[in-house]
Amino acid sequence: MKRIKLCAALAVTGIAALAPAAFAQTANEQFIPALVYRTGAYAPNGIPWANGTSDYYTMLNERDGGINGVKIVYEECETGYATDKGVECYERLKGKGPTGAAYVAPLSTGITFALTEKAPGDKLPLLTLGYGRSDSRDGAVFGWNFIAMGSYWTAADVAIQHVAKEMGGFDKLKGKKISLVFHDSPYGKEPIAALEARAKKDGFELKLIPVTHPGLEQKSQWLSIRQDKPDYVLLWGWGVMNSASVKEAAAVNYPRDKMLGVWWSGAEPDVVPAGDGAIGYKALMLQHGAGRAKIHDDIEKFVYAKGNGAAKGDDAAQAKEGQVLYNRSLLNAMIGTEAIRTAQKKYGNKPLTGEQVRWGFEHLDLTADRIKELGFEGMMKPLKLTCADHQGADLARVHQWDGKAWKVISDYYTADRTVLDPIVKATAEKYAADKKITPRDCSKEE
Amino acid sequence: MLYREAGQFKATYRADMQMFPIRQDRIAYYALLVFAFIGVPLLAHFQIGMFGRDYVFKAVLIPFLVLSLAAIGLNILTGYCGQISLGGGAFMAIGAYFGFKFATGFGPLMALPMVVSILLGGLSAAVIGVLFGIPSLRIKGLYLAVATLAAQFFFDWLFLRVKWFTNYEPSGSVSAPELNFFGYIVKSPVERYVLALTFVTAFALIAKNLVRGNLGRQWMAIRDMDIAAEIMGIRPLYAKLSAFAVSSFFCGVAGALWAFVHLGSWEPLAFNIDRSNQLLFMIIIGGLGSILGSFLGAAFILLLPFFLNQVPSALGLHISVETVTHLEFIIFGALICTLLIREPHGFAKLWSLAKEKLRLWPFPY
Repeated sequence: MKRIKLCAALAVTGIAALAPAAFAQTANEQFIPALVYRTGAYAPNGIPWANGTSDYYTMLNERDGGINGVKIVYEECETGYATDKGVECYERLKGKGPTGAAYVAPLSTGITFALTEKAPGDKLPLLTLGYGRSDSRDGAVFGWNFIAMGSYWTAADVAIQHVAKEMGGFDKLKGKKISLVFHDSPYGKEPIAALEARAKKDGFELKLIPVTHPGLEQKSQWLSIRQDKPDYVLLWGWGVMNSASVKEAAAVNYPRDKMLGVWWSGAEPDVVPAGDGAIGYKALMLQHGAGRAKIHDDIEKFVYAKGNGAAKGDDAAQAKEGQVLYNRSLLNAMIGTEAIRTAQKKYGNKPLTGEQVRWGFEHLDLTADRIKELGFEGMMKPLKLTCADHQGADLARVHQWDGKAWKVISDYYTADRTVLDPIVKATAEKYAADKKITPRDCSKEE
Repeated sequence: MLYREAGQFKATYRADMQMFPIRQDRIAYYALLVFAFIGVPLLAHFQIGMFGRDYVFKAVLIPFLVLSLAAIGLNILTGYCGQISLGGGAFMAIGAYFGFKFATGFGPLMALPMVVSILLGGLSAAVIGVLFGIPSLRIKGLYLAVATLAAQFFFDWLFLRVKWFTNYEPSGSVSAPELNFFGYIVKSPVERYVLALTFVTAFALIAKNLVRGNLGRQWMAIRDMDIAAEIMGIRPLYAKLSAFAVSSFFCGVAGALWAFVHLGSWEPLAFNIDRSNQLLFMIIIGGLGSILGSFLGAAFILLLPFFLNQVPSALGLHISVETVTHLEFIIFGALICTLLIREPHGFAKLWSLAKEKLRLWPFPY
C-alpha cells in the first residue's frame, strides 16, 4: 500500500511537471532561457559561461530593477552539449513567462544547427555570439539567427592574416603547410570552407586533422603532425579537447607558439591543465580578452556582495578576475538585453515577444559611448546589426598565454570580406533554395 | 471480475489465433488507438491539459514513438533471436543518411517522395544489417556484440568523413527536406506526431505478427538453443540473417523518422554509441522478447529523466541545474537497479503478472 502511495505521489508530481505552470505569472517579467552545460566533458568551459550570463541578469535586476523596469526572469536548462537534449530544453523553455522567451543562446554549434530549423516557426531569435552557422550573417535568409560579433569564417580569415603577419607577409604563405586540428562536429568543420578559400588565394597547403568527440584521445593526430611538420597549426577545439591538444603538442614537442586557437580554444580552462606546456600558445580573441572592466565592479557590488553570485569557490575568484569565457558570457547577456532595450523603444517598456525582440536585434546599435556607459569599455568595439547583416563586426585580436595570464599580442585585425562574402552568399542561397525560403527584402524592412 | 475471459468462446481457429484473444484486451487496444489517433489531436486542437503544449509533442511524444520503433527493431534481433547487438544506433544512422540521400536525389536519381525515401532508408539499413549479420553465423553472445560494435564505429566514421552522404555541406550537419506526403506538407507538431504514430502503429503490427508466425518461431528456437533448432530443421543462416534484416529495417526506418520528423537537422553524433546503448537498455528494462516491452522500456528510459529533471522546479525548489542533473542520474540509476533486481525480465513481465492477478481479482486463491 505504501508503495502504491509512493507511486501515486511520483505520478502526480510527474504530471504536475508536464502540466502548464499552475502558479500565476506576474505580468512585468521578461523570460530569458539559458541552455547551459555544467556537467560532462565540456563543463570546464560551460561553467564560466553559465555563471556570466546568470550574474549579468542578476546584476541588471538588482541595480536597475531589470530592463527599464521589466524584471528579467531567467532559467537554466542543462544540455550537456548534446543536440537532442538542447532541443528538448528549447522546447521546454521557449513558451515560459508572460510573453514566451525573448531569445535563446544555444552555446553549441550543433544545437544552433538544429534550432535554426525550429526558430522561424516559433518566431524566436537565436543569439549565437561568435559561433553557429557562419552563413547566418545573411539576415535576409536566416531571419532569426544573430551571429553577433564574428563567425568562424571571420576567425579563419583573421587566423590566416595573423599567420601571414608572423611569417612576414601574404606572399610568404605560398607553399607553406598549415594544419587544422578540429573537433569533428559541425563546430569544427565550419571554418574549413573559409580556410580552403584562403588556401586557394594565398597558395598554402591546408591539411585537415579531425579529432573525435570528446577529444581526449589525440595521440595519432599529433604523431601525424610530428611527421608532417606543418608550419602552423590552427586549433578548433572545445572543452577538454583544447587542453588535451596543448598537452599532446608539448608531448611531441611541436612549438606552442606556432599554434593558434580559435576564440573558443583560448580561455583559461584550455591552457591551465597543460601547465608549463602551454606557455607560448596563442589564440584568437572575440575582440575581448581576459581581465576586468567597469562591469565587473558592478557585478561584485550588486551580485557577489549580496551573496547572489552564480559562481562558487574558485570559480567566483576567477570570475572576479574576468576570465575569458566569463567575460564573453557577460557580452552575450549584454547584447541580448540591449536588444530587448532597443525593442522596448518601439514596443514600450513591457515584456516583449521573440518577434519584437528580433526587431530590437536588427536595430541594435552599440556605439562607443553606449559601450562605455554599460561598463564594457575595452572589451568590444562598436557593433551595429541590421536586417541584412546579422554579424555586425569583423574584428579579432590575438592573445598569448605566458603561463599565468593571457597577454594581448596583436592589434585588431579586420577579416577580408572580399574573400568571405561570396561564401556567405553562396551557402545562404543554397540554404534558401533547399528550404524554399524567399529571402526578405531588407530595404523594405522598417 | 472485470478482466475475465469466462464466457468468451472461440468457434474458429482464426478467432483463437488472433492477436488479442481476450476481449478486454481488444477493447483496450482499440480504445488506445482511437485515443492516440483521434483523442490526442483533438485535445491538442482545443488546447486541453498538457496536450495543449508543443513541448509535449516535440520533446515527449514524438521521440517516444520513434525510439519505441527502434526498440522494437532491436528487440526482434536481441530479444527474439538472441543476437546481442550494439549497433542499433548505426542502423538508425544508415536509415537517416540513406533516407536523406534518396529524398534529395543523387547521381542520375532524382529526389524521391518522402514515404519511399524513408522506406528505402530502412531497406538500405536491412541490406547492410545482413552484411554485418554474417559474422553471427560463426560467433555468439558477447563476441557478436563486439562485431556489431564495429558497425557502430564504422558508420559513425563513414557519415562523419564521407562528404557525399551529407551532400557536401561544409559543416557536416544536414537538414531534412520538407515532409511532403503525397502533396500534403507535414509541419505542425501534431501532424508530425500523427505521422510518427502511423508509422509506429503499422510497424508494431507487422512486428507483432512476424514474431507470432513461422519466422518468429524460428528466431525464438535459435535464441533458446541453436543446435537443437538446427537439428529440428531450422536453417540458422536464414533465421539469423532474416532477424538481422528485419531488425535493421525497423531501426533504419526509426532512424529516418528520428532525423526527418524529430530532429529536422542532425549530425552523426545523434546516432553515436550512446544511442545504441540507450536502445539496448530500453529492451532490457522493457522486456526482452516483447513488443509491448519495447514501448514500456522506451517510455521509461526516455521519459523518466525528463520528469525527474522537472520535478524540483515543479515543486518550487530552486536547485542548481548541475545538482538536478546529477540527482537525475542517481535516481534513474537506482531505479534501474531496483527494477532489475525485483524483476529481471523487465516491465513486460510485470505487466503479464499484473494481468494474471487481475484475472483472479477480487477473489485470489
